[in-house]
Amino acid sequence: MTETTPSDSRPSPLVVLSGVNKHFGALHVLQDINLEIVQGEVVVLIGPSGSGKSTLCRTINRLETVDSGTITLDGHPLPAEGKELAKLRAEVGMVFQSFNLFAHKTVLENVVLGQVKVRKIPRTQAEETARALLERVGVAAQADKLPAQLSGGQQQRVAIARALAMNPKVMLFDEPTSALDPEMINEVLEVMRSLAAEGMTMVVVTHEMGFARSAANRVLFMADGRIVEENTPEAFFTAPRSDRAKDFLSKILHH
Amino acid sequence: MGILFEHGNFTLFRDGFLRTLELSAVSAVLALLLGILLAAFRVSPVPALRVFGTVWVNIFRNTPLTLLFIAVNFGLPQLDVHLSPFVFAAIALSAYTGSFVCEVLRSGINTVSLGQAEAARSLGMTFGQTLTLVVLPQAARSVLSPLSSVFIALPRNSAIAGAFSVPELYNVQQTLSDRGYAIFAIFFWVALAYLVISAAVGLLFRVIENRVNRLAVAR
Ligand SMILES: Nc1ncnc2c1ncn2[C@@H]1O[C@H](COP(=O)(O)OP(=O)(O)O)[C@@H](O)[C@H]1O
Ligand SMILES: [Mg+2]
Repeated sequence: MTETTPSDSRPSPLVVLSGVNKHFGALHVLQDINLEIVQGEVVVLIGPSGSGKSTLCRTINRLETVDSGTITLDGHPLPAEGKELAKLRAEVGMVFQSFNLFAHKTVLENVVLGQVKVRKIPRTQAEETARALLERVGVAAQADKLPAQLSGGQQQRVAIARALAMNPKVMLFDEPTSALDPEMINEVLEVMRSLAAEGMTMVVVTHEMGFARSAANRVLFMADGRIVEENTPEAFFTAPRSDRAKDFLSKILHH
Repeated sequence: MGILFEHGNFTLFRDGFLRTLELSAVSAVLALLLGILLAAFRVSPVPALRVFGTVWVNIFRNTPLTLLFIAVNFGLPQLDVHLSPFVFAAIALSAYTGSFVCEVLRSGINTVSLGQAEAARSLGMTFGQTLTLVVLPQAARSVLSPLSSVFIALPRNSAIAGAFSVPELYNVQQTLSDRGYAIFAIFFWVALAYLVISAAVGLLFRVIENRVNRLAVAR
């Protein structure tokens, strides 16, 4: 921090995975993953189903443990299960394919709960933050409804607000638009684009090429538990290098 | 039928009734707390706790309650634990009932999708917060009806305490029998008393269920 050499002008990495391996029984889901994500970077993870994208995403907030290798967040290695890990998880926002809003809580409460219980923020202040965030993702009018009363697109935007309420350093999105009807995909991607534009560090598992092209700094292509290819979105989509990527892209393009 | 109003029998009966209420209430509270703790053990990420929960439930759920009373009343004094018959009875009843509460809660927990717990953990909630703030409240609806069966059975099960020197309702029946009253009249009143308690517990759960259901559809 004190010495500044020319090579330090690059922002320091926020998330670092080195030599990460994971098995599910005999299945080697993550094979020697090395990955550095710098502050403000938007990384899109793409690849065939079962290639390990979700698992990779989930190791970053330790919803999945790893067998070997290290993961650090802002310089700190992920601690083992317990209070320390809980604290660290609050720094990593996660948005799920199936939204996973707390079904028994109103929209507002969904966004308030973590602030009050985890961050110990006073309730009135937490509600203020929650309302501002709901406004920002365009669902302020639904604040007092239960999640089940909202459309999928609205629920996912609430889920993003809920994660943002913790003021996270990184946001993980695991196929955030895959469970949505087509007409709702854009309203969610729009929110994600604005987040990216504001400098949020993001890891996004998605097959939405439009989003990748407009918002991502980097595309990682995964197959069989490995990062097979890594490039700018433009280069990846126009000129994939590996056969696996070419094959995969031709399939999703002709879909 | 008038036996209740002869020779101070009413006081005896009333005290027995209150004793049964007291024993049931104390055991219910302990069983509920124990059941929640055991259920938390059974779904916890720590293998040793899961094993403990499983072993406990399998022992206490599958042992006849009378045997548990014998074990507590004769086993604990051997370990130099000397408590009143009432406390022994409460221990046996809540250890037994708690294992049923645990299983009801655990099956309720399993009705809540895993994604709910994952979302809670991702926000940085601890295991305890995830369970009490997110999972258990959602399990509550599916849990209330089987839980009411467990707690309706508790006052009836508490009758065994009467054979272990607790002067509760069933014990009153023995005393009255010894005094030579007609067995039918005695059983009529004792049975009626148990019926009243069970009905009250059932009603209480109905009220709670309605409240929870109303909350869930409201808004
Ligand atoms: N909890 C689990 N237990 C066993 N196998 C799993 C588990 N989660 C994922 N898998 C397997 O790991 C592989 C990678 O899964 P995943 O990371 O979800 O892939 P993707 O998100 O790329 O579709 C798949 O073959 C999947 O079946
Ligand atoms: Mg996936």
